[in-house]
Amino acid sequence: MASAVASIWQGITYRGKDGHYAWLLHRAGGLGIVLFLFLHILDIFLVGVGEEIFEFFLFIYHSAPAKVFVMALLFGVFFHAFNGVRIILVDFWPDKFSNLKMQRTLFRLVILVTLIFFIPTAIITVAPIFGVELALSQFFGG
Amino acid sequence: MSAISRLKYGSPNRFEVLSWYFMRISGAVLLLVAVLHLLIMHVWYGVDAIDYRFVVGRWASPVVQVYDLALLLFAITHGVNGTRWVIDDYVHSRGWNLTLKSALYVLALVFVLMGATVIFTFDPGTSETALNAVAAALTR
Repeated sequence: MASAVASIWQGITYRGKDGHYAWLLHRAGGLGIVLFLFLHILDIFLVGVGEEIFEFFLFIYHSAPAKVFVMALLFGVFFHAFNGVRIILVDFWPDKFSNLKMQRTLFRLVILVTLIFFIPTAIITVAPIFGVELALSQFFGG
Repeated sequence: MSAISRLKYGSPNRFEVLSWYFMRISGAVLLLVAVLHLLIMHVWYGVDAIDYRFVVGRWASPVVQVYDLALLLFAITHGVNGTRWVIDDYVHSRGWNLTLKSALYVLALVFVLMGATVIFTFDPGTSETALNAVAAALTR
């Protein structure tokens, strides 16, 4: 296990700039999403167990700390998704996308698109803490 | 040598090459299915709108049932394969490596069965089961 700790530490502290940060966020985010996935399957399974127990545990998701946690999850999913597109482009079309300049442009593009998706979603997520409901369905009658 | 040419010209480990492809294909599927699920739940409805009746209403539609099953299967296979890569990257002790991966596979199988069961066998009319009675007693 000591070697595992050493290689994880090296993976974090290696100063590889864009490519390293992309790899690190992709990996850490991916593990976080998997953990949430298991939790999410468990809570949805409770729907089949019964209305009382499902609604009892819902308070966790509707609480303020959970909304902060969900914001981290949203960022993780958006980044993992758009960084995944970058990986596909670089892997399948290396002639076009694997040069350093293009890699840098792609990484910045990934961050940009992630933020474009994340910021409005995050605002809608935390607004109920301040008593404001911004979910779109109420404006367009869903 | 790229993974593509490895598959073309033969590879000592065909499974790992297919696993590499699978991550890219399932990732592209999840880019649509998981991101859309997230936008529908967090941007369109909002998490606070979700309760028991909301889920009952959703699963009344077979389209939603199939969508949720696809999301479950792609997410868990993509996530488990990614976790397997991470375990292989860091845990080199044969015993620990095998233990962690075995636990991962068993857990994933149990959770896929739990998820798929609740999507397709759930019936609000007959949800008054023994488990439900226990749950009700616990939360009263």
